[in-house]
Amino acid sequence: MYQYDKFDQQMVDTRVAEFRDQVERRLAGKLTEDQFKPLRLMNGLYLQLHAYMLRVAIPYGTLSGAQMHVLADIADKYDRGYGHFTTRQNIQYNWIKLAEAPDLLEDLAKAEMHAIQTSGNCIRNISSDHFAGAAADEVADPRPYAELLRQWSSFHPEFSYLPRKFKFAVIASEEDRAAMRLHDIGIRIVKNDAGELGAAFYVGGGMGRTPMIAPLVRDFVPLDQLVTYAEACLRVYNRYGRRDNKYKARIKILVHELGKEEYTRQVEEEFALLLEQNIEPPIAELERIKMFFGDPAYDQDASSEIDRSDPDFALWVDTNTKAHKQPGYVSAVISLKPVGGIPGDATTAQMHLMGDLAARYSFDEARVTHTQNIVLPHVKISDLHALWTELDAAGLGTANLDQIGDIIACPGLDYCSLANARSIPIAQQISERFAKNGKGDTLGELKLKISGCINACGHHHAGHIGILGVDRKGVENYQLSLGGSEAEDTSLAKITGPGFDEAGIVDAVETAADVYLAAREGEERFIDTYRRIGMAPFKEALYG
Amino acid sequence: MKIITGNDLESGAVTWWNGQGWSLRVEDAADAGDSAEAILAREEAARRVNAGYIIEGEPGSDGHPRPAHVKDRIRGLGPTVRLDLTLKPGDEIAAREVI
Ligand code: HEM
Ligand code: SF4
Repeated sequence: MYQYDKFDQQMVDTRVAEFRDQVERRLAGKLTEDQFKPLRLMNGLYLQLHAYMLRVAIPYGTLSGAQMHVLADIADKYDRGYGHFTTRQNIQYNWIKLAEAPDLLEDLAKAEMHAIQTSGNCIRNISSDHFAGAAADEVADPRPYAELLRQWSSFHPEFSYLPRKFKFAVIASEEDRAAMRLHDIGIRIVKNDAGELGAAFYVGGGMGRTPMIAPLVRDFVPLDQLVTYAEACLRVYNRYGRRDNKYKARIKILVHELGKEEYTRQVEEEFALLLEQNIEPPIAELERIKMFFGDPAYDQDASSEIDRSDPDFALWVDTNTKAHKQPGYVSAVISLKPVGGIPGDATTAQMHLMGDLAARYSFDEARVTHTQNIVLPHVKISDLHALWTELDAAGLGTANLDQIGDIIACPGLDYCSLANARSIPIAQQISERFAKNGKGDTLGELKLKISGCINACGHHHAGHIGILGVDRKGVENYQLSLGGSEAEDTSLAKITGPGFDEAGIVDAVETAADVYLAAREGEERFIDTYRRIGMAPFKEALYG
Repeated sequence: MKIITGNDLESGAVTWWNGQGWSLRVEDAADAGDSAEAILAREEAARRVNAGYIIEGEPGSDGHPRPAHVKDRIRGLGPTVRLDLTLKPGDEIAAREVI
């Protein structure tokens, strides 16, 4: 794992001290809320529906066991005993007191964490593949490149006031586990015919009110030009992005309005100029970063034998573990989606346990997934039963990865002041319904995603089944959509028709699932069947 | 009917104008009528409330003003999915009133 050098630590410590002073001045009345708000947002502190909310950055979703313990301690000391893991691979706390926020940030800084650039029109926390470094299908570990970009983008003076927020994702495999093409810039590390590594740049994706899939802008940027190319992409955006209209200010609109060819032409022109200025960090820095991401000391003789006599355990292994590049190991996914639970929430005790388990079974590493689960990336197959036993006892052993119970849900109207409708209760009811009717397993892979408003924090555009909360004359209402995907076959979901009330939307999801079950051929997943038969049969069943 | 709401600056807790001061309990909310804007301006200037705003109210089942929109009612209650964290922990009836 990456460890702060003295520059990283100094930057973070200085920011904490600065924020402490700003909070003191706000509490003493020397700053008005209008003056203070942008300052607190730069430190991840929002004022939400019920209280201050703090968003903590977890770079590319990677955490040490010790950092997980710190997150647990914070939930205990400054919040109400829990935190919410988000689709941005971050964690949010919902009940923070302003006066205590500087102490909290100081505790985070001691564990090499912060909340900088988790809000505002800057380059946000960079996300990545949650199986990075463990996946058999990657050409390289994508995280050193994400880390390089993190360092480049931290306090980047030119890009601190962009037209709008800016999100990167970096992956290094054909399979996309990070919704890469739904980011402002998605980077795929690839190998060319000569066997050299480079970066494919996809620019102008996003969700929100105008969802777009990022087009490929350059299929191979040599790695010693990675930062320079990113700089060129951002420069063109910073210059021409629509600052006049918040709803058109994301880079996706610029790329769409200019057209991919014209945008690319401008980027290449800028890139040529920048190359002459030698802004790329020395390759030695990338090499230094890479040293932190070496393989852990695997047991080369680890056995792949597994005792499957306990059917619950066998089910969990089949559902929640993924093949590892190292024989005798797997990546294990801890579901934060117990039946009827709140997707992504974890209690202090659960976080402490996950920190312990990471230390004992996964070389002290854990990952936050964009699907709001936690991964232990490097688990010995022979340790799986012991691991599962402890998880199960703590309510963390649900075997539902990528199934209908593994729902992504944003905080919605239960916590979010921008929401139109509640997301969490819908997720809870759907997960309970499918646990009760026993269709969950039969359905197989079915990705359901819920957002409480059009900002799409819950990725509803990219759900095999998506649900969007809308406000219908002051009453919560839910739009159903089908056919989205955020994997390598990225697609945007289409709305089925008129919306449903709270009870109606749960029935509607079951109806859609039944249409699939009746029409499924062979090994087809929900999304495959939908793509084959189209919207009509679903509409027919839903609206008759 | 006009209700004034905001947050306590230091704790962030949701507060309601009760006619004399600020209460944590939405049931205490008073109809501020035409004076709402003047009251809010005065209270913000004195830092007795933070990020205040005015919302529509309607008579609740007990006759007291309550927020007309479900968003503000959830704001008054707390998260409907964590009734243990609301001001009246575990009160299912209070929760049902909200929706
Ligand atoms: C509760 C406080 C939150 C606020 C105020 C908030 C606000 C927003 C807004 C305004 C947008 C739309 C941006 C645009 O289209 O330009 C957005 C997008 C998004 N948010 Fe949030 N959000 C919140 C919580 C979350 C949470 C909890 C998650 C993760 C579960 C999240 C993940 C995202 C994602 C993935 C997008 C889509 C990004 C895109 O369009 O590229 N947000 N958020
Ligand atoms: S999608 Fe809307 S309701 Fe959900 S967290 Fe984002 S802004 Fe809030």
